[in-house]
Amino acid sequence: MNLSNRMESTMSEQSRERIFARLAAGSRQPSAPIPQPGPMPVKTYSRAEKIAKLKTLMEAMRTEVHITDAQNWIHKLEEILKQRELKSLVYPPQTALGDTLESHWENDGNGLPQLIPYEKKIEDFKDRLFTIDAGITSAAGAIADPGALILWPSEKEPRLMSLVPSIHIAILEADKIFSSFLEAMQKEQWSTKMPTNVVLISGPSKTADIEMTLAFGVHGPKELIVLILEK
Amino acid sequence: MANHKPLDFENNVSRALKDTQLIKNIQSAMDTLVLKRKNIFADPAETEQLRALGNATKSQALGKLPALLERLEKKCTDNGIQVHWAETIPEANQLVLDIMKSHGATRLVKGKSMVSEEMELNAYLQKHGIEALETDLGEFIIQLNHETPAHIIVPAIHKNRDQISKIFHDNIPDAPYTENVDELNAIARKTLRQKFQKADVGLSGVNFAVAETGTLCLVENEGNGRMCTTVPGVHIALMGLEKVVEKLEDLPPMLRLLIGSATGQLITTYVNMITSPRKPGEKDGPREVHLIILDNGRSKIYADAQRRQTLYCIRCGTCLSHCPVYNRIGGHAYGYIYPGPIGKILNPQVEGLEAAGVLATASSLCNACEAVCPVKIPIPDLIRRIRNESYSKDPTSTVEGHGYKSNWIESLAWKIWAFVNTHPLVNAAGIKVLSALGQKLPEVGPLKHWTRYRKAPEFAPRSLHELVKQNGVDHE
Repeated sequence: MNLSNRMESTMSEQSRERIFARLAAGSRQPSAPIPQPGPMPVKTYSRAEKIAKLKTLMEAMRTEVHITDAQNWIHKLEEILKQRELKSLVYPPQTALGDTLESHWENDGNGLPQLIPYEKKIEDFKDRLFTIDAGITSAAGAIADPGALILWPSEKEPRLMSLVPSIHIAILEADKIFSSFLEAMQKEQWSTKMPTNVVLISGPSKTADIEMTLAFGVHGPKELIVLILEK
Repeated sequence: MANHKPLDFENNVSRALKDTQLIKNIQSAMDTLVLKRKNIFADPAETEQLRALGNATKSQALGKLPALLERLEKKCTDNGIQVHWAETIPEANQLVLDIMKSHGATRLVKGKSMVSEEMELNAYLQKHGIEALETDLGEFIIQLNHETPAHIIVPAIHKNRDQISKIFHDNIPDAPYTENVDELNAIARKTLRQKFQKADVGLSGVNFAVAETGTLCLVENEGNGRMCTTVPGVHIALMGLEKVVEKLEDLPPMLRLLIGSATGQLITTYVNMITSPRKPGEKDGPREVHLIILDNGRSKIYADAQRRQTLYCIRCGTCLSHCPVYNRIGGHAYGYIYPGPIGKILNPQVEGLEAAGVLATASSLCNACEAVCPVKIPIPDLIRRIRNESYSKDPTSTVEGHGYKSNWIESLAWKIWAFVNTHPLVNAAGIKVLSALGQKLPEVGPLKHWTRYRKAPEFAPRSLHELVKQNGVDHE
């Protein structure tokens, strides 16, 4: 640690002490009675309702949602990719999703974008990543109301796959849709296992900073495509 | 703020009132925001339940603030996030600079952070040779135009598309002049993508910090926040010390309230929850995450149970959008980073009444702010408190600058009032005099000041007392 760092940490410690001293004095003051209201009003939906609700709400945010089945989703994906004439697709190797893509591409990769594995550290991959057309990830789950995907990035599925490419495609199993954010958190016991990063995504990137006019694709993906896999 | 220019509020207001383009831009945007919020909180019973929960969550968290901050610090540290404390703005700026310097970093990309605006961080870093670039579209626009935000949520809303086209054309090399919003957006995207790629450090604010898990929660629509917190090798997060909540389960209701109130959405495009820097084996994300916790006057406010409610604020900006005063003068006239109703109570308490107490006069006490506040801050009560404190000579008052307005005319007026009202004969005589001469009071001294913008009070020819004596009381 160099000198300036040492001085800085002392400064921070002294500030900390003074701040806590004032807060401690403040907490001894009598405070207003603390209200005890009921819990957040949330609804619980059936399986079919959850799928329908998620689709409706995410479509309202201009997400493209396809309901497909676990056997044929790869053909739906192929159709989506060919339609857009994409050149490159970044994917997570050494995952179930990655394996499926690799074997399909080996069998019949004609007219499909080049598959690019995210296998290096960002420092060695950044320049390439910023030129890739699309990224595909799995979704750890989703929330029916308000409609959003839950992405739980990992060593195998890094964070930037769903952010840097202009198109983000997410694969979601229909069984993993929760009724509400609260339900997802409680059932999956998030508080005991928060990872480096969790992100909820409700649509493509957007802004209304100019005259409150909605415009899509500011800094993140311009398009979000979700394939919901039914059994 | 450290070297804040003295506030000339009256002049600022006069200037704003004459700027018809500004008022048109502001009002049209505020109408949209108000309508969008109304649609998202369509069920009054459910909304009330949520607001009560929001109020309780904040009041409980602040009730045990020291313990929660300690827990947050411990959790974050365990997770590998480095926690720093700044009592003042110069300290916070110094901390950011030292972190940048320790990496030899010269390029900073910023997500939207009101605390960084409070710190005037960009100017500070630029003085030290660091490029601090705003990446939120609205913040980017006003940074190009060397302005401060006009609104907490939509910072460039005082500009229309023609003005923004010109700002882009004049300041971004090769940017064509276009009034098409999608094209303007594309220009910003192209310019900033290169910056995200090359930046050494990313900076963000914090919407909620969860003590239970040491998680920093950030909401946004554009994706620039995720870029700033994921692409560069170092992430610095800035938060005011009031932003801590106790449990992860506090997030769903608080996010619903914040997002619904701020932009009238059910949920933002991204809800980003960050709990640690990059772990071994992970391929991206910053290797270092620093959390700077800023006091800047907040702990002074904390000491007073009533004033403490100011710290409930989650910076949704809906009190601005609903305020008839803000709607007519916009954000810059307030002279501080936090404008509108929340600014009227926050700035005087942070900066002292002498510097900013005048802001509390800019209210008709219509109560719109309190009626929409997602955490039920009694803003009108606090405005009245600040007005009273401005005249209060009570030595036990903890409000800095209290009594700065007290003067002999005012004290004498109250003494006379008290005397008159405790002596019925004098009172009756006084009423007779005022009914006869009240209309002809000379407009000098305080009355002259009062009547610059308002009508002088009119005195009825016959007093209520007289009317009651004559007609009796109608009990209907």
